[in-house]
Amino acid sequence: MDGSSTKGDVLTGEQRIRNFNINFGPQHPAAHGVLRLVLELDGEIVERCDPHIGLLHRGTEKLMESRTYLQNLPYFDRLDYVSPMNQEHAWCLAIERLTGTVVPRRGSLIRVLYCEIGRILNHLLNVTTQAMDVGALTPPLWGFEEREKLMVFYERACGARLHAAYFRPGGVHQDLPQDLVDDIAQWCKEFPAALQDIDDLLTENRIFKQRNVDIGHVSQQDALDYGFSGVMVRGSGMAWDLRRAQPYECYDEFDFKIPVGKNGDCYDRYLCRMAEMRESVKIMEQAIEKLNECKGQDVMARGKLSPPTRGDMKTSMEALIHHFKLYTEGFHVPEGEIYAAVEAPKGEFGVYLVSDGTNKPYKAKLRAPGFPHLAAMDYLCTGHQLADVSAILGSLDIVFGEVDR
Amino acid sequence: MSDDALQELGSMIAVRQEEAIIEASVRNGELNVAVGAATVPAFVKFLKTDGACQFTTLVDITAVDYPDRERRFDLVYHFLSMTQNQRIRVRVAVREDDIVPSITEIHPSANWFEREVFDMYGIMFSGHPDLRRILTDYGFRGHPLRKDFPTTGYVEVRYDEVEKRVIYEPVELVQEYRQFDFMSPWEGAEYILPGDEKEGEAR
Repeated sequence: MDGSSTKGDVLTGEQRIRNFNINFGPQHPAAHGVLRLVLELDGEIVERCDPHIGLLHRGTEKLMESRTYLQNLPYFDRLDYVSPMNQEHAWCLAIERLTGTVVPRRGSLIRVLYCEIGRILNHLLNVTTQAMDVGALTPPLWGFEEREKLMVFYERACGARLHAAYFRPGGVHQDLPQDLVDDIAQWCKEFPAALQDIDDLLTENRIFKQRNVDIGHVSQQDALDYGFSGVMVRGSGMAWDLRRAQPYECYDEFDFKIPVGKNGDCYDRYLCRMAEMRESVKIMEQAIEKLNECKGQDVMARGKLSPPTRGDMKTSMEALIHHFKLYTEGFHVPEGEIYAAVEAPKGEFGVYLVSDGTNKPYKAKLRAPGFPHLAAMDYLCTGHQLADVSAILGSLDIVFGEVDR
Repeated sequence: MSDDALQELGSMIAVRQEEAIIEASVRNGELNVAVGAATVPAFVKFLKTDGACQFTTLVDITAVDYPDRERRFDLVYHFLSMTQNQRIRVRVAVREDDIVPSITEIHPSANWFEREVFDMYGIMFSGHPDLRRILTDYGFRGHPLRKDFPTTGYVEVRYDEVEKRVIYEPVELVQEYRQFDFMSPWEGAEYILPGDEKEGEAR
């Protein structure tokens, strides 16, 4: 449609129309990081959307091949930096399944507690920034206040607000002090009110609904075809949650509901996330109750995977040797391969680990949920208006740490 | 998921797709199936449509590099069946110059996964609509996840104040790349002492 020469005398300059290509990002505030979208626009309608990713590619999988299993753990915090511990969880599960390690009960409960904190951290960020993408400014401010409290819980458990390295193969690094558990319990009582405030701002908000309802519709067939997981399938009405379907850790003993959407649009996914936060608070309360029943128990499987206690190191030569070897050479994982997946807040986060029996993984593939979600951008955006691109992108819940790896 | 159910599913697939399957086994509680490169699309289609399988979700495609083998790469597909609540791993051994048929027709989500495998390992896919690099830089050379690709890479990038643009230069390491060898000499490592390299030749 470039007004070719044959009709040149008939068409005036105004009538010569061609599609417009624009760059969206990599420094667009609604691009959620370093996404570059090449959009082909027909007027304001998106004809084609080509995401260019890899601007945050750090070669995590290559780096992991030359480091020991324990040294690789902190890389997982840097994937989806919004909910770091959920990532570590998948890595620990992969190693534990290959070595046949059983995590002690208290360690397992602490993991569940912190995974749910991670889920709320993630959903708070996503829901509120999605609101910001469509024009609301207050929700992120309120949401970040709650996130700040949760990050303090992270810090009090492991010393770092973001890059936790708290989950270790065999359990968690250290036990939680009792006053921290009590403070989390107190937070669980207060949080629903804060969540309700955000809910009141957004759920019935006319502008928010106009921007999200019937935008980015995903049918059940689409969700399967495009390899979606997590909220992206639940928003379309499929009650698929790995915590329920293929229970890992001790999720099978917790009582929680799986919220599902009806229409599979951006608004339903928003509602799912809000409901999931409420369910997470329920799980946290149960976990705290169970934690209070097993005070003072060990949080790590004592054996080859974990360091000896400080007391042992001072008195036993073997313990001292073990400690030294663990932190220099690292532990060996038996030969074999495993795929361990967890229900991360964004969807199915999986680790495909191939071990050759040495102290380093032969191959580790990180299956990030955001990768297939972003791959469907072209399908989801085609035919939508330019302004909807940021609404769809917001509801996909993309974090570039994990997409680019 | 119990091993018995997986074993049953594996033998069922092995019987139904006799000509495609090379090997089917259950290891670590996971079903592994090895097939030939040419039969991949038909087999994946079978997995997706067969009533007892219904592996409708493609979870992941990746590869593993074994430089010593003649068929150097293992192409690994993971599928998930939400209705049967089962997972399966499909493995395809390919040579460096083999071209594998793409499964984007059957699973649209394979598009980016195959691009990533092409980018990282250099395995080509036939029938892929848009086989470009995905994660690496524009104009990148080599395939980073191959075992013979150095972790440090070949080029490094910086902004040049004089030329006022970003330039690429060969990697210059200020210190040796630290690669520790933890193989214990008591556990079978065969170290050649300095000066002993020619010992074998003398005899």
